[in-house]
Amino acid sequence: MNYFPDEVLEHVFDFITSHKDRNSVSLVCKSWYKIEKYSRQRVFIGNCYSISPERLIARFPGLKSLTLKGKPHFADFNLVPDDWGGFLYPWIKAMARSRIGLEELRLKRMVVSDESLELLSKSFPNFKSLVLVSCEGFTTDGLAAVAANCRLLRELDLQENEVEDHRGHWLSCFPENCTSLVLLNFACLKGEINLASLERLVARSPNLKSLRLNRAVPFDTLQRLLMRAPQLVDLGTGSYVHDPYSEAYNKLKAAIQSCNSIRSLSGFLEVAPRCMSAVYPVCENLTFLNLSYAAGLQSIELTKLIQYCRKLQRLWILDCIGDKGLGVVASTCKELQELRVFPSDPFDAGNAAVTEEGLVLVSAGCPKLNSLLYFCQQMTNAALITVAKNCTNFIRFRLCILDPIKPDPVTNQPLDEGFGAIVRSCKGLKRLSLSGLLTDQVFYYIGMHAKQLEMLSIAFAGDSDKGMLYVLNGCKKLRKLEIRDCPFGDAALLEDMGKYETMRSLWMSSCEVTLGACKTLAKKMPSLNVEIINESEQTEFNLEDRQKVDKMYLYRTVVGHRKDAPEFVWLL
Amino acid sequence: MESSSAYGNDLNLKATELRLGLPGTTDEETAAPGVRNNKRPLQAEDAGEKCGANGKSEPQNETAPPSKAQIVGWPPVQSYRKNNLQAKKTESEPGLYVKVSMDGAPYLRKIDLRVYKGYPELLQALENMFKFTVGEYSEREGYKGSEYAPTYEDKDGDWMLVGDVPWQMFITSCKRLRIMKGSEARGLGCGV
Repeated sequence: MNYFPDEVLEHVFDFITSHKDRNSVSLVCKSWYKIEKYSRQRVFIGNCYSISPERLIARFPGLKSLTLKGKPHFADFNLVPDDWGGFLYPWIKAMARSRIGLEELRLKRMVVSDESLELLSKSFPNFKSLVLVSCEGFTTDGLAAVAANCRLLRELDLQENEVEDHRGHWLSCFPENCTSLVLLNFACLKGEINLASLERLVARSPNLKSLRLNRAVPFDTLQRLLMRAPQLVDLGTGSYVHDPYSEAYNKLKAAIQSCNSIRSLSGFLEVAPRCMSAVYPVCENLTFLNLSYAAGLQSIELTKLIQYCRKLQRLWILDCIGDKGLGVVASTCKELQELRVFPSDPFDAGNAAVTEEGLVLVSAGCPKLNSLLYFCQQMTNAALITVAKNCTNFIRFRLCILDPIKPDPVTNQPLDEGFGAIVRSCKGLKRLSLSGLLTDQVFYYIGMHAKQLEMLSIAFAGDSDKGMLYVLNGCKKLRKLEIRDCPFGDAALLEDMGKYETMRSLWMSSCEVTLGACKTLAKKMPSLNVEIINESEQTEFNLEDRQKVDKMYLYRTVVGHRKDAPEFVWLL
Repeated sequence: MESSSAYGNDLNLKATELRLGLPGTTDEETAAPGVRNNKRPLQAEDAGEKCGANGKSEPQNETAPPSKAQIVGWPPVQSYRKNNLQAKKTESEPGLYVKVSMDGAPYLRKIDLRVYKGYPELLQALENMFKFTVGEYSEREGYKGSEYAPTYEDKDGDWMLVGDVPWQMFITSCKRLRIMKGSEARGLGCGV
């Protein structure tokens, strides 16, 4: 029943960009499925083991833009051993062989080898954009291949990757006729940079909008770069250390003043506090400020800077800003939507400089706040209840009290009521991370009220299986659940096995789940991969069914067991 | 079906007991062997040990002060961020501010020695700040061609000529700077 020729439908589908909507479109009827299949260009794969490269290519032969995520989230915190998996190479190999016209690749927590970067650079002549977030396994040699061979490269975005620096001249590998760069972010590289090559590259890139430098780029080079690229919208400084009374400093001040398009500022990886006044002119138009790596700035310098940032929408900062400093944020940044406060000293909880007071101040002053990541020394139920009243728009609420299982210091009660208030008040909450002393009661509240919740992170919380069951039963939209050091066991795991087919993944470590229960689950649910990470000397056959597993990771998949699992990962 | 109780056969009400004790201060003798108590973070974590490996219970009686105990993966800060921030903490320490006085000037100034890479930058900065020229440095004769001489007070309280020792040694031993003028200045150098 098709009233329109295919081309018309295809044109209509072009306007449908969200993955969810396109998935729905493809379910309507066979001919819509076919048209959608061939016209689909952007694909998002949240777990690289849920499908194989070959199946992907067969399903969407017109693929141009691919997003892939590899390791589980807790790999960020050293809970997943190296060599667990998440290799890029098989994907590149398959796409190269099938002549996919890949243009964009966005990866998170994947293992990316130089070999795969080289193959990528040589196989896709229209390749335009490479974004690597929290990846590892490659060196500057791989970057050199991308620079040299991707003639149309527009974006090279390296965010927080561990890159082995071979000090090669990868920057010099961009050919002289490469003028297409729009985004260049190499802030995470540790080694030296050929400064002359960098200046020439920036000079011949008139479309460059975003530039984030690493620590090896000194102050005077920054000044010259800004002179050549006054059109920048996003700047990440490298080393920001200089004599504030020098000619070079005056030159930088002048250069910054001609950059009136800058809306996003980051870096200051090394910083001389007295030089910060040069950036004040930029502050009044900033929408994003990331000072979370600027360990050299004290609270007083931070607040001086923030006082100029009246249009700020996103702020990432270290906790040395203090509660008072957050008060300045609250009174200045009325447009604030996202706040991230990171610990400047993760291991010494006693020195953490922010408490519940800072958060309450921000919630009162910034009514548009919808996304929070807050590392603090302590939290009270009263504060959380106040925050819930002030800000009902939270989509992401991640609270980390540095001392685990710490109760409300005023009442010595668990923080159940505080988090309960948050989930009751913020009906659009999609992501939640809990901390502090918590009983099963908080999970009762979450199951009852957090109806839009998609991702939940739990640590050192709960009393019994009931806690986990409240969540599994109540949160219908749950996609990712990650749990560590909680007393949840087999009864909770096995109560509703079909639930896991509606989710992307479940992680449980240092809980009460036994090997036998995992085996049962794997046997009854062939659409799930149940993986055990075991780092002791015991083999699968020595461990008895009733013994507890240390780490379990399960995820839905359409391609069964993966073939690249290392020895310490048991596929049940 | 496996027992869902975390603590073996007895009720072990301690598991749900709310206590005021700091994490890690426990009376764990009642826990059944082979059972981990997941509510307490493990103590005195060595660099190589993993949390709860082998499912064996760790001896929990000798404990380091709980606030210093390091649990694997806690706090949940990305390891990239942890590695890069700590490196920065040692390198970008707060500035090394020292007073600078100039003979005849009405007030003193302060500069941050860490922003300079070496003597040439420092001397240039001093020249700009106080509007003078410093002359040419030689090991034998000090600063020649100027009536000024840059000096500094070192850790022992002695007044030294700027430039004699390696830069790194200088910035760690310099307590204050003084730009000497006139006959006093000439007295320091070997030449007249």
